[in-house]
Amino acid sequence: MDVPRTMQIQEISAHPGPVPGRGTQRAVEVCKYIDVTTCIGCKACEVACVEWNDHPFRETTFDDTYQTMPSTEWNYWNLIKFVEHERDNNFMWLMRKDQCMHCEDPGCLRACPADGAIIKYENGIVDFQQENCIGCGYCISGCPFDIPKFNPQTKKVFKCTLCSDRVGQGLEPACIKACPTGCLHFGTKEDMVQIAHSRAHQLKTQSGFANAGVYDPQSIGGTHVIYVLHDITQPEIYGGLPANPVIPPSYTYWKWFAKPAGLVMAALGVLAVFFHRVVYGPKLPQPEAEAVVTEHPDEVDAARKERP
Amino acid sequence: MTNGWIDIKNTDMMLIMGANPAENHPCGFKWAIEAKLKRNAKMVVVDPRFTRTAATADLFLQIRAGTDIAFLGGLVNYAIQNDRIAKEYLVNFTNAAFIVKEGFKLPEDGLFSGFDGRSNYEKETWNYEAAGGGGGGASQTPPEKSPSAAGGEMSSTTGGGHQAAGGPGAAGQGGPKPPPTMPENVAYDLTLQHERSVFQLLKKQFSRYTPEMVERITGIPKDQFLKAADLFTSVRKNGDTKKAATIIYAVGWTQHTTGTQIIRTAAILQLLLGNVGRAGGGVNALRGHCNIQGATDMGGVFDIFPGYLKVPAPSDTDLATFLKRATPTQSKPGEWQSYNYWSNTPQFMVSFLKALYGDAAQRDNDWAYHYLPKIDRKYSWTEMWDYMYQGKVKGLFAFGMNGVAIGPNSRKNIDALKKADWLVVCDLYAEETAEFWRAPGTTPEEMKRINTTVYRLPGAGFAEKDGTFVNSARWLQWKYVALPPPGQAKVDQEILGRIFLKVRELYQAEGGKFPDPIANLSWQYIVPQSPSFTEIAKEINGRALADLTDEQLAPGQTIKAGQQLPGFAWLRDDGTTACGNWLYSGSWTEAGALSQRRGTDDPSGLGIYPNWAWSWPANRRVMYNRASCDVSGKPWDPERRQVWWSEKEQKWVGNDVPDFKTDSNPKDHMGPFIMNAEGVARIFAPLAAFADGPFPEHYEPMESPIANPLHPQQSNNPVAEKYKSDVDKFGTVDQGFNIVCTTYRLTEHYHYWTKNNPMNVQLVPEPFVEVPAQLADELGIRGGEKLKISSARGIYIAKAMVTRRIKPMMIDGKKTYQIGIPIHWGYRGIKEDEGKTALTPVNDLSPAAIDPNAYTPEFKGFLVKIERA
Repeated sequence: MDVPRTMQIQEISAHPGPVPGRGTQRAVEVCKYIDVTTCIGCKACEVACVEWNDHPFRETTFDDTYQTMPSTEWNYWNLIKFVEHERDNNFMWLMRKDQCMHCEDPGCLRACPADGAIIKYENGIVDFQQENCIGCGYCISGCPFDIPKFNPQTKKVFKCTLCSDRVGQGLEPACIKACPTGCLHFGTKEDMVQIAHSRAHQLKTQSGFANAGVYDPQSIGGTHVIYVLHDITQPEIYGGLPANPVIPPSYTYWKWFAKPAGLVMAALGVLAVFFHRVVYGPKLPQPEAEAVVTEHPDEVDAARKERP
Repeated sequence: MTNGWIDIKNTDMMLIMGANPAENHPCGFKWAIEAKLKRNAKMVVVDPRFTRTAATADLFLQIRAGTDIAFLGGLVNYAIQNDRIAKEYLVNFTNAAFIVKEGFKLPEDGLFSGFDGRSNYEKETWNYEAAGGGGGGASQTPPEKSPSAAGGEMSSTTGGGHQAAGGPGAAGQGGPKPPPTMPENVAYDLTLQHERSVFQLLKKQFSRYTPEMVERITGIPKDQFLKAADLFTSVRKNGDTKKAATIIYAVGWTQHTTGTQIIRTAAILQLLLGNVGRAGGGVNALRGHCNIQGATDMGGVFDIFPGYLKVPAPSDTDLATFLKRATPTQSKPGEWQSYNYWSNTPQFMVSFLKALYGDAAQRDNDWAYHYLPKIDRKYSWTEMWDYMYQGKVKGLFAFGMNGVAIGPNSRKNIDALKKADWLVVCDLYAEETAEFWRAPGTTPEEMKRINTTVYRLPGAGFAEKDGTFVNSARWLQWKYVALPPPGQAKVDQEILGRIFLKVRELYQAEGGKFPDPIANLSWQYIVPQSPSFTEIAKEINGRALADLTDEQLAPGQTIKAGQQLPGFAWLRDDGTTACGNWLYSGSWTEAGALSQRRGTDDPSGLGIYPNWAWSWPANRRVMYNRASCDVSGKPWDPERRQVWWSEKEQKWVGNDVPDFKTDSNPKDHMGPFIMNAEGVARIFAPLAAFADGPFPEHYEPMESPIANPLHPQQSNNPVAEKYKSDVDKFGTVDQGFNIVCTTYRLTEHYHYWTKNNPMNVQLVPEPFVEVPAQLADELGIRGGEKLKISSARGIYIAKAMVTRRIKPMMIDGKKTYQIGIPIHWGYRGIKEDEGKTALTPVNDLSPAAIDPNAYTPEFKGFLVKIERA
């Protein structure tokens, strides 16, 4: 079988030096296309995600909505957000499949301080490597879509992998496979963008949605999950899709300024120590230093007690 | 479905009403989406709630539950008034031109002619006029003595029921007078101007359904109604004959006391627009379970045998009498032809008897006709429970269904089971029926008095059995065993087989009142305790019992005795063929199991897939497809051509299997609706085809917030059935029951099963009641707070889901609220066992008020009151 060579690592979080093997194989950018206008909120994608990833069941409670739970969780990566939207007597029940957007410029990866905890493949998939995760949670605040979720038991962060395990074997993600209406598609970014735009055009010309459009925010370099929305001018109404998602400036600052600056300062510190040694010589032992290791801790205690 | 799931992709216009396919048929709904994406098809959704289907619609209208006939009648009126009708189709393919007998009266006052003042119609006037001025009817049939059933309980529903499928001429069930019949030669007027022509009567009948009246009854504002009417009928704008519109419905239509007539109204609308028989058209029932179509086809209803053959009545004293009653004769304009395919009823019936009784069925014992049960009364679902409640039915086998949760009026079913001697439940779970005594309200003292012996049998799940599912599109699709039944669980045929063999043994050893039907039942299976579905499927298809030849059908071909039959055209009434269900004949031939075929070629691109599985009848995918062509045999739309008349070959050919007499030249004017004695479709349904009228009429639900604006003095369906027990109560607005309530399923759950499955429970954990935001405000209720819903029959407590998806409505000038309750919970299940639910089935609320034709209870559109729990 001709397995598409799409799973080449492009970047590694907090990793010095070039990515091993990068650029040696042809890269194809993949993309998930979600037509919000034909999603029926059946939750087949939710079930497929839970089952494929073997997630344990979560206790849920009734929350005055059809939505399974308020937001994605560390073991619930795919959630349809149900919104009752009304404007000018025009009622709409919006259903948007929420999951990791697999940003071209991933905020989580920018924010991550752990070597190798977050990687981005050549094909655009952003994947967490939990064995390297230090549980600091920076990725959570680095994400403009509120996607990564912390598991308090394992102290690791999890999110949708875009089924990198399936995609690596030439299969579509589990959610795509399960979708009964075909509102989900998977393919190359180029193809998906084209399908999305032609659907948006159809919505404009045939269905009276003058503001229909494709959500592929350029503020983060585009995403590898794109939406067709009835109204691209108001992505917020679809369960809080940000109109202009950005990585928090602190992380850009961290990545491009603070981190290198810190490294420079650390290097300067080392240099300072060196020159201190050269100039002042080694630190000599002080006569009153009693912090010698003793075989009799009691004696130390006694000595301490004796001190005034 | 007249058409099929995939065929929906060929449509230009969808009316989805009484159905919520996005939630209940999400996989099939892809074809509706496909039509939107590929054909720019428009979708109109009409429902009491803004559903997930509505979320993808081009136009959504909120209707009051139970007023569908008013809406559809308004569309009929609109189509006629605005000349958006298919004239050529109407005149030639329907009975629009037929003249109706003098004396027939439309129900301006709520009653058709012939009402007996109680609960029944005498239907003599519901007939065609015979050409030459005669009345047709009774004079053609010599009076016969009917020794039994006269005045029996069955006579109260003379005709109607599922038997109506076979033709009205056959529907009388005994009684003192011989039933009237349709005239052989019908008077007609092709100009449609005769005042008693079906078309003029139709026009008059629905002229009362003005947009204003539609608004008063349904609560749909006039401007919205007109928008929908304009959109839906736009397929016939300016005389267009190419476009096609489909109507898609499900139990949202059937579960009313007027259910059958709602579907009739849809059929009339589609006939007016010329949409039946065409790709992308039709009247399409979505079936709610994987094999409910198969259950109906195989006679899973008390008054039909497999293949929609009638069940005899006691008055049918011998086979000849029965066949005379059950076999319709042609009734049509003299110049036209009618294939009248039900004229083959004797062939179907005798072959069925041979399949049942084998060698014990011989000519000299009337092919064992006397072994068949005769229906002296109704034995429908609700009757069964009513009889048990009365203490007359002593035991129940409950296989693959949860009778308590299904309801209606579940409390009555629970109390009925307490009175039974025994109950056998075959299921996967200990569900509400199996543990009926756990229903809330059963006191320890009462528990001691319950003497019902309950036997639980370990059933197998669907993935643990092979056999066929018949889907909504009438496809028989073979499925394979995925894994064996666990533990002691057994497949159904083994459970039934072993019970049957034991019962037969007892009859053989001890005799009995009438052991012959059991003792002589044909049971020629390799493993009698557990017949294989392969053998049974072959038996249903039918085989030759002697060498058969047919020079017309297949010149030079001989079907050897013992061979599988190629199709129902080979069936004989002389005992040389056996066939379990004529409709399925052709599904397992000498070529093998056609239901197992998985061919994915679709040469026409219409989604016919002729080599995928097998579709009844005769593997044709769109029924009545001759009507996809004009009178001369040319397709209305050459781009969606299914079948057509080939001048060269002098026969009907095409992409689909022609649903027609293939050598009938269009010049002969044979009607495309070959199952009707008329050969054409019935806009006016004569005689006893339906119990409640030859035309549909809007009647209010049995519990309604208003008196019927059309005729307040006759608000409800006069022949709908109610029961008289102390728990069969009905509420009124005056008693405080002022909210319209409807019940339904969620996509996340499957009936009363999935409350046992953690995945489904995770998706929707608890029962809830959908309440309009305005009503919640009035009551001071917030989402998540507990509500107590009560009807005249019971109470239901669940959390409120406050939503803007249900709006308040103005009904006949009165502000009216609707609420909705999903049905999925009861008193056994994951959350139930944790004590997280109210533990009462929703159907504690619903009334046992019954459609007089299909005997379906009114699960939708009854009255409740609502308060904080």
